[in-house]
Amino acid sequence: MSAAIESLVNREYQYGFVSDIEADAAPRGLNEEIVRLISAKKREPEWLLEWRLKAYRRWLTMKEPHWSNVRYAPIDYQDIIYYSAPKSVTPLQSLDEVDPELLRAYDKLGISLNEQKKLSGVAVDAIFDSVSVGTTMKAELAQHGVIFCSFGEAVQDHPELIKKYLGSVVPYSDNFFAALNSAVFSDGSFCYIPKGVKCPMELSTYFRINAADTGQFERTLIIADEGASVSYLEGCTAPKRSTNQLHAAVVELIALDNATVKYSTVQNWYAGDAQGKGGIFNFVTKRGAARGVNSKISWTQVETGSAITWKYPSVILQGDNSTGEFYSVAVVNNYQQADTGTKMIHMGKNTKSTIVSKGISAGHGNNSYRGKVKVLPKAHGARNYTQCDSMLIGNRCGAHTFPYIEVENNTATVEHEASTSKIGEDQIFYCKQRGLSAEQAVSMIVSGFCREVFKELPMEFAVEAQQLLGITLEGSVG
Amino acid sequence: MIDIKGLRAGIGEREILKGIDLHVGAGEVHAVMGPNGSGKSTLAQVLAGNPAYEVLDGTVTYKGEDLLSLEPEVRAQKGIFLAFQYPIEIPGVTNAYFLRSAYNEIRKAKGEEEIDPLDFLDLIDEKIKLVNMDPAMLNRSVNTGFSGGEKKRNEILQMAVLQPTLSILDETDSGLDIDALRTVAEGVNKLRRPDNATIVVTHYQRLLNYIVPDYVHVLANGRIVRSGGKELALELEDKGYDWVLDAA
Repeated sequence: MSAAIESLVNREYQYGFVSDIEADAAPRGLNEEIVRLISAKKREPEWLLEWRLKAYRRWLTMKEPHWSNVRYAPIDYQDIIYYSAPKSVTPLQSLDEVDPELLRAYDKLGISLNEQKKLSGVAVDAIFDSVSVGTTMKAELAQHGVIFCSFGEAVQDHPELIKKYLGSVVPYSDNFFAALNSAVFSDGSFCYIPKGVKCPMELSTYFRINAADTGQFERTLIIADEGASVSYLEGCTAPKRSTNQLHAAVVELIALDNATVKYSTVQNWYAGDAQGKGGIFNFVTKRGAARGVNSKISWTQVETGSAITWKYPSVILQGDNSTGEFYSVAVVNNYQQADTGTKMIHMGKNTKSTIVSKGISAGHGNNSYRGKVKVLPKAHGARNYTQCDSMLIGNRCGAHTFPYIEVENNTATVEHEASTSKIGEDQIFYCKQRGLSAEQAVSMIVSGFCREVFKELPMEFAVEAQQLLGITLEGSVG
Repeated sequence: MIDIKGLRAGIGEREILKGIDLHVGAGEVHAVMGPNGSGKSTLAQVLAGNPAYEVLDGTVTYKGEDLLSLEPEVRAQKGIFLAFQYPIEIPGVTNAYFLRSAYNEIRKAKGEEEIDPLDFLDLIDEKIKLVNMDPAMLNRSVNTGFSGGEKKRNEILQMAVLQPTLSILDETDSGLDIDALRTVAEGVNKLRRPDNATIVVTHYQRLLNYIVPDYVHVLANGRIVRSGGKELALELEDKGYDWVLDAA
C-alpha cells in the first residue's frame, strides 16, 4: 500500500512562482538609518518615526526567546532586507495604474483585484512584499462610513485613529518580535467600523511575499466602535525558496461596547520542501482587546503552511460579559513545526471564552498546542471551555500540549478536554473496502476531525480551507 | 462467481494459506469453518485485498477477472464486501456520510449517477429496518462508542446499502448474544439473491442454524481438508475439529 500511496502525486506548492517585478529595495541589515528610510519611503509623520525608533532601541536591548517547542537555525538579523516594494507601485494610486504583472500574480493566486470581485461581495486589500497594491470596494464601504485601506494610507488619511490605537493592544515592548515589527513594519490593513454599523461585506487581505531575502513585517489594526461588527479574513502565500524567510507580523483588534470582530486566517506560506529546506518562519503576535461591555472577538485560523508557525492569537476580556473565541486547525507535514495556541485573559465580570484547537501531524511534522487561560482576581463568574485534539498520521510525527490554567477567582468554571487519535492503516483499509480511495479516506477522516473549526470560517473560505488541507496532506499516508 | 485456485498467502515470514481451492457460484452460501489459527480470517482478508498479507502463489478469478491484481477499493466497487470481524472506528465521520460516500463511489465506478443526500436518507431508512437499528445512530461517528453487537449490525446495514455481489462475513457471530445473532442472520438472509453469493467464516455451527449454507468447508493448517453439505457442520459440532484433522 505504501508504494501505491506514495505514487500519488505529491502536488507542488502551486504558489511557488516568483514574479519578475522590478523592486525598490533597501540595503541589507538593520540600523537606525534603515528605520528612518522605511519611514521616509512611506512619508510618515514625525510622531510615527519616533515610535519606530523607540521600538528599535528597545529591540536592541531584548533577547530572542527560546522557550518554544520549535527548533530553527539562528536568524542573522543583519542578513535580511527590511524593505522591498515593487517599483511600479506608488502609494494611493488607483488599481488601473498597477503594473499588469502584479495583477497577474494575484490572478495566479486566484485573487481578482478588479471590480469583478464585487459580485461575490468581498472587498480585497492586496499586499505585495512591503506595500499595498490596492484595495477594492473602498467607495462602497465609505458610503457606510467604513474605513478599509492599507495601514500606510490610514497613517496619511486617519492619523488620529492610528495615534489612538496603535500599540494599545500590543505595545512595542511586548516581546522581541513585536518590537522588531514595530520598528520596521511595512504595511498591512487598517479597518475602522463606526458606531452602530455592521460592515456590509467581508473584508479580506491577501499577503504575498515575492522578493528574496526579505522579511515581511506587516501591521494590521482593526477597530469596531460601539455596536459595530466586522468579519475579516487574511490569506497568505509566498514563493518557493531554498532559504527561510521571516514573517513577523502584529495584528491588533479592538472591540468597544457591544461590538464584534471576527478575524479568520487561512495561512499557506511556503512550507519548505519535503526535506525541510526553506520555508517561511511565521512568528506572529496577534491580540484582541474585548474592551467594551458585551464585546466579542473571535479568531479562526487554518494554518497549513510555513516551515515554522509560532503564534498565539489571544483575547483580553476586559469588558463585562465579553466573549473570546479561538478556533484553530494547525497542520504540519514533512518537517514543518508549529507551536501555536491562544491566551484568554479574563478581567471583567461574567466573561466567557471558548477554545477549540485541532492539530494534525503528518510526515515528520511536530505540532504543539500552547494555551493559557487566566482568570484574574476580580473576574467574577468567568467561564472557559477548552477542547484540544491532536491527530497523528503515520508514526514519525509528533503532537504535544502545554495548557496553562491560572485561576485567581473561585467563582470561575474552567473545562479542559483533550484527545489524541491516529489515522491507522486499518482505518484506511476499512474505507477502501467500502469503495473509497486512500486519498478520499484521509480527506474524509481529517475533515470530520476539523469540522468544528471549519464551520466557523466565512462560507467563501471554508471551501478553500478544505481544499488546502487536502493538498497539504497529499502523500502523507504511507 | 469466484474461483480460487492454489492460493498461498502469509504475513511476514509466516505462510498461513498453503494452497486453497474453492469455487463459489452465484446464489450460493458457503461456510468456511475451522479451528483457531487455521487461516479462515486470512482467507477473508486476502480476498478483500488487505495489504498486510502477501499473496505467494495461486489465482483468484472473480466474475471472469483476475482479482488479485486489483486494489481493495476497486474490488469493492466490483461488488466484494467484507463484514469485518473487528469493525474499525472512524471518529468525526458520521455513519450517514460514510455510507453515502461509499455508495456514490460504487455507483460512479459502475457509470451510474451519484445519489443526493435526501434521496439517500430515504434509501437508508428502508435498510435500517432490516437490521433493527435506531435511525439516530446514523448521525453518530462510524462505530465509535458502539457495542460489539451494534458494530456487527452496522456491518450488515452497510452490506444492505451497498448491495454487494460477493459478501464475505468474517466471524460475524463472534461476540454476539442470541438476539443480536438472530437479527444479523435475518438481515443476511433477506439480502440473499440468485445473483449474489456469500462466504460465511465461522467457528461455531450456531450461526449456520440461521444462515443455512449450501456447502461447508473445513479449513485446517491453511488447507481445505474436507467439504460437504450443511450436515457437515452438525457433525463438527458433535465430534469437534480433531475428528476431521485425524481423518485428513
